[in-house]
Amino acid sequence: MLKIKRSDLGTLFAKIAENNELYLPVKAAGKTNFAAWDQDADVDLDTLKTVKSPKDAFFPQSEGLYSCDREEGKIKITAEKLQDAPFVVFGIRACDVRGIAVLDKVFLSQPVDTYYAARREHGIIVSYACGAPETSCFCKVFGIDAAQPEGDVVTWMVGEDLYWDAKTEKGQKLTAQVAELLTEADAALVAAEQEKIRSIIEKLPNSHLSLEGWGAEAAKTRFDSPIWEQLYKPCLACGTCTFVCPTCQCYDIKDYDTGNGVKRYRCWDSCMYSDFTMMAHGNNRTSQMQRFRQRFLHKLAYYPANNDGMFSCVGCGRCVDKCPSHLNIVKVIKAFGKEGK
Amino acid sequence: MSEAMHECKHNPGFCRDTLIPQVALITDIRTETPDVKTFRVERPEGGKLFEHLPGQCAMVCVPGVGEAMFSITSSPTNKEYQEFSIKRCGVLTEHLHSMNAGDEILVRGPYGNNFPVETELKGKNLLFIAGGIALAPLRSVINYCLDNRENYGEIDILYGSRSADDLVQRKEIEEVWMNTPGVNVHLTIDRPQEGWDGHVGFVPSYLKELAFDTNRTAILCGPPIMIKFCLQGLKEMGFAMEQVYTTLELRMKCGVGKCGRCNIGTKYVCKDGPVFRFDQVDELPNEY
Repeated sequence: MLKIKRSDLGTLFAKIAENNELYLPVKAAGKTNFAAWDQDADVDLDTLKTVKSPKDAFFPQSEGLYSCDREEGKIKITAEKLQDAPFVVFGIRACDVRGIAVLDKVFLSQPVDTYYAARREHGIIVSYACGAPETSCFCKVFGIDAAQPEGDVVTWMVGEDLYWDAKTEKGQKLTAQVAELLTEADAALVAAEQEKIRSIIEKLPNSHLSLEGWGAEAAKTRFDSPIWEQLYKPCLACGTCTFVCPTCQCYDIKDYDTGNGVKRYRCWDSCMYSDFTMMAHGNNRTSQMQRFRQRFLHKLAYYPANNDGMFSCVGCGRCVDKCPSHLNIVKVIKAFGKEGK
Repeated sequence: MSEAMHECKHNPGFCRDTLIPQVALITDIRTETPDVKTFRVERPEGGKLFEHLPGQCAMVCVPGVGEAMFSITSSPTNKEYQEFSIKRCGVLTEHLHSMNAGDEILVRGPYGNNFPVETELKGKNLLFIAGGIALAPLRSVINYCLDNRENYGEIDILYGSRSADDLVQRKEIEEVWMNTPGVNVHLTIDRPQEGWDGHVGFVPSYLKELAFDTNRTAILCGPPIMIKFCLQGLKEMGFAMEQVYTTLELRMKCGVGKCGRCNIGTKYVCKDGPVFRFDQVDELPNEY
């Protein structure tokens, strides 16, 4: 276990940035989101949840795939360059680290998405334990320990020190780059901090939600439930839940006319939108109830069925905080629990 | 050779990523019906774009216009080119119909599973049932079976369309399929028409009239209403759901089960389909 004084973090970030692109929570216009670090960045390690999850670092909201140019009437394709330089994402919370593991199962399964794979290969995750979990958090339900996140390096803020523990080869390599700034530390203080975090989580209102009946079996048992019809009504189909979600992976592929060619890019999309499945000859999800059901069954039944029982919700609570209709996955889980179906 | 043309270490057969297409030259366009054209594509330098299996699909793209999934209608036994039979019904297909031989488009694939021509269908009597443009996906299987005639038993092809003018691949049907030993072609059109002395009536009712025995595997493709009534007819004739195959079609963007569009419950039509047996279809939630 190593540590660095909180007041020296600016020096640490500058040191990391010497060899790596660095992304971390930055406050801008009153909102905290992951952004590229520079000397003037207002780094914010106190806000528990960034508005958007840090999934952009590996699966950007918008990214080029290839460009098409016409040369003497012939089409020429140039593939977008893959990530080939190391980068560090500092300050990812335990839930969001699990979110990346959820995306891995999608993008790294056959056939491999090479854009994502290159970012995973070159990205280093420095996770950050949650000192003060909030009432909208329910990561414990999915077996996530906010006091002991996964990651290449795990960090904790205890008092005025940031504790630093390298867990992987990548993490050790990064540690070596900044070793001159870190000092040996006593792990006992971290253990005490972890106890504190876990006791807070134990008392959170949604920490003990029951997932009984969810998982692969729910794909069959809960598809035709009348509960969906009662639940979905306040949904405005705004898609906010999908854009702040660390595990939503749906994307669209579109063209951008550059004036002398076409740039093909992909961008996040949302299964909540009415044109998401629309074809020239019809649409298989015409009602918002169907789209609402799709989103939650995907998180709680379809994804687990295809991925050895792993849920694609991590309990970050962003949808709980951000839904303008106060509709969210906690309500869905509870609604079915109450009915005992 | 550009970076895009190197074969990908992760994804054999594709150049770097499955989302990056190949340039394809349209070498021939045949007008099949008033709203269906068949496009023949090859590499600009000649030769097939890729190898595929009967029933597989590919993404066809006109840069700046759109991209969509189409079944590959040519048989893998064709060693020179691939063909797509495309009905004019949206922005992209409208544009494709305005193109000419010599124009270039983009194609990526192949995607999806295939009809089990080398396993479950091998040695069987086959009954193909198609309506309208849905002959396109079946044509790749039919021609595969015709080119490997010794591997299959009796072949019946029941194909219907709105009118005689809407029958796709009519020349090949009449010149090749009808003249292949052991192949029986049953054509029908919805309403009587001058110059047509063949059967008149919808596909499901003609299917009942033909009264096939159940010693065959059926492959059924067409508009949902036709599928529904043909399936009912097959059940009445005593066919088990395990004996009937179909293909499903939903909106697709990536083709590899990642963009989240084409799932029906836990199955992605682009990756786990498009070919399904009806006992597998029955397992899916009712959302297709």
